[in-house]
Amino acid sequence: MHWWLPPKASTFTGPIDGLFLAILIITGIAFVLVEVGLIWFIVQYRQRPGRKAFYTHGNTRAEVIWTAIPAVTMVALGLISNHYWVEIKGRNSIPANAYPIGVHAKQFEWQMTYPGADGKLGTGDDFTIRNQLHVPVGRPIVVQLSAEDVIHSFYVPQFRVRQDVVPGMDIKAWFQATVPGTYEIGCSQLCGLGHYRMRAQVFVHTQEDYDAWMKQAAQEASQ
Amino acid sequence: MTSVAATAHGAHAHHDDRSFVQKYIFSTDHKIIGIQFLFVSLFFLLVGGLLAMQMRWQLGFPGKPMPGGGVLPETMAPGGVILPEYYIQLVTMHGTFMVFFAIMPLLVGVFANFLIPLKIGTHDMAFPRINMWSFWTFFIGGLVMLSSLFVPDGAARAGWTMYAPLSARHDYSGASLGQELWSVSIIFVGLSSILGSLNYITTIINNRAPGMTWFRMPLSVWSLFITAILGLLALPVLSGAAIMLLFDQIIGTHFFDPAAGGQALLWQHLFWFFGHPEVYILILPAMGMVSDIIANGSRKPIFGYHSMVFAIVAIAFLGWIVWGHHMFVSGMNPTLGSSFMVSTLVIAVPSAVKTFNWMGTMWRGNLRFHVPMLHAVAFVAMFVIGGLSGIFMAATPVDMFIHDTYFIVAHLHYVLFGGSLFALFGAITYWYPKMFGRMMSEPWGKVHFWLTFLFYNCTFFPMHITGMAGEMRRLYDPNQYTFLQPLQPIRVFISISAFLLFATQVIFFVNFWWSLWKGKQAPQNPWEDNGLEWSLPSPAPHGNWEKVPTVYRGPYEFSSPQSTEDYLPQYKKLPTDREPARAPVAGH
Repeated sequence: MHWWLPPKASTFTGPIDGLFLAILIITGIAFVLVEVGLIWFIVQYRQRPGRKAFYTHGNTRAEVIWTAIPAVTMVALGLISNHYWVEIKGRNSIPANAYPIGVHAKQFEWQMTYPGADGKLGTGDDFTIRNQLHVPVGRPIVVQLSAEDVIHSFYVPQFRVRQDVVPGMDIKAWFQATVPGTYEIGCSQLCGLGHYRMRAQVFVHTQEDYDAWMKQAAQEASQ
Repeated sequence: MTSVAATAHGAHAHHDDRSFVQKYIFSTDHKIIGIQFLFVSLFFLLVGGLLAMQMRWQLGFPGKPMPGGGVLPETMAPGGVILPEYYIQLVTMHGTFMVFFAIMPLLVGVFANFLIPLKIGTHDMAFPRINMWSFWTFFIGGLVMLSSLFVPDGAARAGWTMYAPLSARHDYSGASLGQELWSVSIIFVGLSSILGSLNYITTIINNRAPGMTWFRMPLSVWSLFITAILGLLALPVLSGAAIMLLFDQIIGTHFFDPAAGGQALLWQHLFWFFGHPEVYILILPAMGMVSDIIANGSRKPIFGYHSMVFAIVAIAFLGWIVWGHHMFVSGMNPTLGSSFMVSTLVIAVPSAVKTFNWMGTMWRGNLRFHVPMLHAVAFVAMFVIGGLSGIFMAATPVDMFIHDTYFIVAHLHYVLFGGSLFALFGAITYWYPKMFGRMMSEPWGKVHFWLTFLFYNCTFFPMHITGMAGEMRRLYDPNQYTFLQPLQPIRVFISISAFLLFATQVIFFVNFWWSLWKGKQAPQNPWEDNGLEWSLPSPAPHGNWEKVPTVYRGPYEFSSPQSTEDYLPQYKKLPTDREPARAPVAGH
């Protein structure tokens, strides 16, 4: 049974899990303060005969304090989050040396287009495989997302990466896998009755394994 | 206005000569309209719940025949086993019914109608006939939506958010008439809300009793006022979008179909430009009514009344500039994501102010735990969880991971069920005597409260866990994914809790109906409250007052040293009180 975030397998897991934990701590403190306070008040100030409530309309200092503290916390959280957001999704965040793979989504499958030996998409040696994304470990990958029909969403939980795939738009998303292994790609935007089975796999290889796979796959594709 | 007030005033004669149809069906009395909304939207609440139960059956026990599922046709559940195409109809219609036909009309249709004239001291709404049409357009919309469950290829299938182009083209969704009926129904709902909002705003601005200044209005009225402004600005956008969607579906336009030059994200912008204010339409009235109930239950003035008013205004204003936080991973320009993140995080500030002021109200109070108070305190406790879990989604990098997972399902149910619905159970129990002249059963109300509180948390809290593990929303069978298979025991636990939660609601419904005929006769002011409505007999008569009361103070003067009792009604004149300077409104 799983009680925490999925295993970490990309460079995004560091900042995202860290931020998740930071928010969990901040909200955890607020949660405990409020709930314990409520329970304490419920017990302490329950109705008893002969008692009268304390007649007050409020306290300006208290209002200022409990407006200012959340405001400062939220602005700080926003600044930190934005720092990572720009790194992960910002317009210039995709590393120049990122290895391109085309991902085309349609009801209800994923078509991955590989750049072949020249490492470039849109050339003659490109080839396409259904529902299998093979990537080398430790190298930034840019997936060029396109959709045939409706909106789908490219999601790999272990990479913490998600990007909607929108018909009529060419959207790029990048990630860098850190642990070789096999993971699942899920469609996370309702795309029709087969949405639940629109599943693919990611195979993260070492560079040598990837080169070997690429050679073999390109050969098979050209036959 | 003069003539309206005079008509209502005249009708308040001892002999009420309206026919049965005028009195109870095509009524222009704001209280009857509120009660009509109550019956109809409670029915839709039940429908929405039944749809949810079927979803939970499929998620807990995938592929097993559902008990009683044999009555469903082959196209939905052959042999009682739910089909994927039926499951996404359940997902879509559960959300649609709960948002548009249960929570929203329960909060606004019922309580804006019932409470505003009673609480500000007037005979009826400014435009009683428009008010009547607001109910009937809602009713038609509801019938259309309900009928879509029974058409041959089934109801709409694109989620309650109706993302295009899935919703716009029938070859993508596999449903045709159902999709079109959804659009038609939403156009009616939009119209209903626009008519209602116009009325509430006009009434509150113009028809307040002498002495009822802006800052003597109860927070329930303040929140309903701000909600009406939100509604008036948001619903036309939804109606417009629904009309465009309907055109795409039936007359071959391509607003949302990229294959023919349309824009898929246009729908999302339009929908959430309505949809995010809608979120606050669904919580602000609950906050207002909870404020009234907590002050009453604590026997203390509301702590920081002015802060509470400004917080409502701030939440509503910020609610306007955050719609993009539903679209961080939609392909929208990421720089816009940054600004939407900041405005979203800032909403935590007025929300925190409200929470701390509710706690401040309870601090050193003399707490009476009647059934409405239990629900109001539960509202605060649960709203806090829903509010705090929202911060995770607001932070864009974290949202990239938990967007469209069960984490968001948990979050929205903590706000809509833990927040709005608890507030509604409290509010219905609280104003029931003024509606029907009888009290709901106190012991059964408490049983219902505690069981609901327990099973509600058992149902929705574990969804945070499955969401953190990455379980996507709206999956017919999560076990398709190997990484989601180990979570099946949690899904079974959630499903069983959900069944018990649903069963518990039978107590509420029985209590509600039984009390209509057999409940204890309600005294005039059963909760010893200060509001103007409690100066009327229970149930409140047609036209409300012969002569509207004069208001001498704010609504929360509990435990005032000026009074020997621990409450001091707004309409009670003390020897030291002066008559308000403003002349009574013409016609009173």
